[in-house]
Amino acid sequence: MSELTSLTTSEMRAKLLSGEISSMELVSAHFDRIEETSDLNSFITLVKDQALKNAESADIIIKEKGSNSGLFTGIPVAIKDQLVTKGIETTCGSKMLKGFIPPYDCTAVKKLKDAGAIIVGKTNQDEFAMGSSNEYSAFGPVKNPWDNSRVPGGSSGGSAAAVASGQSPIALGTDTGGSIRQPAGLCGIYGMKPTYGRVSRYGAVAFASSLDQIGPFARSVKDLALTLQTISGLDSNDATSVKDKVPEFVKELESWESKDLKGIRFGIPKDLMSGGLEDSVSNSFNEVISRLVKLGAEIVEISLPHASSSLAAYYITAPAEAASNLARFDGIRYGHRSSSYHSLQELYEKSRAEGFGKEVKRRIMIGSFVLSSGYYDAYYKKAQQIRTLVINDYKAAFMNSCDVVLTPVSPTVAFKLGEKTSASPLTMYLADIFTVPINLAGLPGISIPTSLSPEKLPIGMQCVGPLFSESLLLGVASVFEREFKFPVTQRTTGRIN
Amino acid sequence: MSQEQKFETVIGLEVHAQLLTDSKIFAVSGATSGKTPNSLTDSVTLGLPGCLPVLNRRVVDFAIKLGLATNCSIQKMSTFSRKHYFYPDLPKGYQISQYDLPLCKDGFVEYRLNGELKRVNLTRIHLEEDAGKNIHGESDGISYVDLNRAGVPLVEIVSEPDMRRPEEAGAYLKQLKQILRYTEVCDANMEDGSLRCDANVSVRPIGQTELGVKVEIKNLNSFKFVERAIQHEVERQIAVIESGGTILQETRLFDEQKGTTRSMRSKEEAADYKYFPDPDLPPLIVDSEWIGKIKDSLPELPNEIYNRFINYYKLDAYTVEILTLESFIARFFEQAVAAHNNPQAVSNWITSELFGRLNKEGLSIMDSPVSPENLASLVRMIDEELISGKIAKTVFDEMFESGSSPESVVEKKGLKQLSDPDILDKVISQILEKNPKQLEEYRSGKDKMFGFFVGQVMKETEGRANPVMVNDILKAKLA
Repeated sequence: MSELTSLTTSEMRAKLLSGEISSMELVSAHFDRIEETSDLNSFITLVKDQALKNAESADIIIKEKGSNSGLFTGIPVAIKDQLVTKGIETTCGSKMLKGFIPPYDCTAVKKLKDAGAIIVGKTNQDEFAMGSSNEYSAFGPVKNPWDNSRVPGGSSGGSAAAVASGQSPIALGTDTGGSIRQPAGLCGIYGMKPTYGRVSRYGAVAFASSLDQIGPFARSVKDLALTLQTISGLDSNDATSVKDKVPEFVKELESWESKDLKGIRFGIPKDLMSGGLEDSVSNSFNEVISRLVKLGAEIVEISLPHASSSLAAYYITAPAEAASNLARFDGIRYGHRSSSYHSLQELYEKSRAEGFGKEVKRRIMIGSFVLSSGYYDAYYKKAQQIRTLVINDYKAAFMNSCDVVLTPVSPTVAFKLGEKTSASPLTMYLADIFTVPINLAGLPGISIPTSLSPEKLPIGMQCVGPLFSESLLLGVASVFEREFKFPVTQRTTGRIN
Repeated sequence: MSQEQKFETVIGLEVHAQLLTDSKIFAVSGATSGKTPNSLTDSVTLGLPGCLPVLNRRVVDFAIKLGLATNCSIQKMSTFSRKHYFYPDLPKGYQISQYDLPLCKDGFVEYRLNGELKRVNLTRIHLEEDAGKNIHGESDGISYVDLNRAGVPLVEIVSEPDMRRPEEAGAYLKQLKQILRYTEVCDANMEDGSLRCDANVSVRPIGQTELGVKVEIKNLNSFKFVERAIQHEVERQIAVIESGGTILQETRLFDEQKGTTRSMRSKEEAADYKYFPDPDLPPLIVDSEWIGKIKDSLPELPNEIYNRFINYYKLDAYTVEILTLESFIARFFEQAVAAHNNPQAVSNWITSELFGRLNKEGLSIMDSPVSPENLASLVRMIDEELISGKIAKTVFDEMFESGSSPESVVEKKGLKQLSDPDILDKVISQILEKNPKQLEEYRSGKDKMFGFFVGQVMKETEGRANPVMVNDILKAKLA
């Protein structure tokens, strides 16, 4: 029974269609696994009764429609709590939204539901997606399935831990500065941040609107492609979603089954690699490079001269947009309202002071500062100029030197709980050095688990391609998957400690 | 020399107009007014977490139309920004508004004041969303929020400081209202708040070129108040300067009860709105094809119709002013003239009798029971001497009551003018026979007895006798 939690969704579908298993069994097995591994704290909300009811209907649909049923019919999925779900409490990991039940579904969630997927619950995360360790959740930290004393990464730590531990075969997350790729890397699974605009942001509670993208987590590249294909596409509710036809990612992936990496140029950005890499990560990175050469890839050193300013530009842009986006949480229409106040001003101040956690407050204050009159030009405007330079750096690299930019996902393996929250916030921000420039440039990036460190912690690599090159990235990842054979299912059964 | 003659007043207006689109600027809810509180809301209007604004293209159509009607240059690219402040009627904590790159720039509006043609230049017209309304419960002490108005599309029309007298501001604003109504972009009702006006007022000694310190006046809820508030503000500023004081840059509220202004907030207290480009909305790109399409749909504008009426129909300025006040009045007039080509008489009937009755009944000309064609027929019957002018008024009253054509009224009531010479001859002979004494008096030189006989004929014919013929026949018989 327990091996059901190690399957990919395509394997699950085959078994469901052949009648070997029912959705009821499949969903129950996952709830059993969730219970068994509840110490991970990967969910904020579970919807077991509803999920089992949906599994019952899914079994009928599969019987009636067979292979004409939606691709995910009867298959469990986990959804980051940053995405609104109709009728299911959505907190964004914040006390501010405790008890908030949205009246509508996020577009990406709706597309998964329309394809038959069954939501098992809402995953834990850093509050309003602000954090890189999942420790800034009002509902307690998530633990890394590979080592209970370590963080899963963040902000989509709950989704990553859920998929890595067999609580769900796939999950959705959001990525504003690395929030899908970094936890995927630290938890040893696949994660993708699609091109900005590829997936509608409608229903993703906005953190930094110009950087946010919804994306999938999975234990196989094919599942990643299936999920991405399902959630992508133009949405009339999001003016920044793009018109471009969504490629058939899964079909295009098949063409890679017989391919190696011949002729593909991997760019190594020397400006980003100049220090701060943990030994195990650095060793693993070098090993990956030599393996890639053997697979026919070309390794080129590239220059992204402005990438080193990305963190600064990011930590101005993201807080500025966050301060604005979070203004709506004022205790008037929904969310936390202080129980005692004597004026409108006090209602605002107390509700927000009580509802938001410290990292969120820090970013709201930074954001308000950089947007305020007299400072706008020096900070926000300057950050936008840097952003343009970063975009141009990548454009030039892809035009002149390489097809894919390769870096580790994170400069370190999963760190200990409390290790960085007790230090200066900057320490935590530095963990985002490889992922943040990609959001600034709007590019697609994929996180691929490649090896385990000596202390048996996952190490992941990040491949970044030009705008709308998800197919290429999935293809490259599938070669990595085949060659590196990372043990993605090592934590999907058995005890976790 | 009075104080006011030593100073020059400088006035600029910022006018907000609600656009008459069916739905809101960034959401699907209806944008009509007068509905149950919060019935015109949706996830976007309520500012629910995760919701995104999507621009309603009809709103852009409307704004381009207004921009073209006010001679603006329509910008190929414009952008939306967020203006931040906390207030319960502002669901997102910011208002989406065009800030550094507006849709329309560099326009002008021409208006007439005391027969003189004047011009106010427009700095810009930009798009933004309206806020909701807070309602403070009087009995329960609870404040309520109604978000029906939140997200209703607005344009802000910003003028240059080109006006020098309060009456100019009033006349410009009326012209603007006329344009908004002609283009059917806004119903421009200040009392209902679909048209709102803030005035920037400063004074400077005559001859000084640099502008004085400006004061913004808010809460001007009628055309009357706009002029009154500016007048008061000018007097206040001059008094301050004359007494050795200085004008503070501030925002003042007009108190319509007292007719004065009072300070609301100083420049130092002004909020920092932390404007920045809204990342949810891509730049608005308007190509020449789009602009061309709107241009083709533009109606004849108030000043164009005014000039045409003056030149073509040869009517006096005052009459044309009234006839062109609203496009539907002009249309009524032209429909009537098309049916019977007597512009002068038709305009007289419209501006006197018809408007008199409509006002009395509280009706608009659009609801007039008398159609343009029927009014034209009435004028034609007078012109063809089928009825007298006096009878016509009776006929008109009946037309207004019943909505009938003048022909059927005349027919039914037997009001047709008597122009049959044989009948008139007979009637007059009888009158003369019946009144030998008066005939004697006339013959003996009492000329005014002529009027007596005319009166008797009219009485006998219930006013229907053709007065010219009566005169002629009487004269012949008495000669």
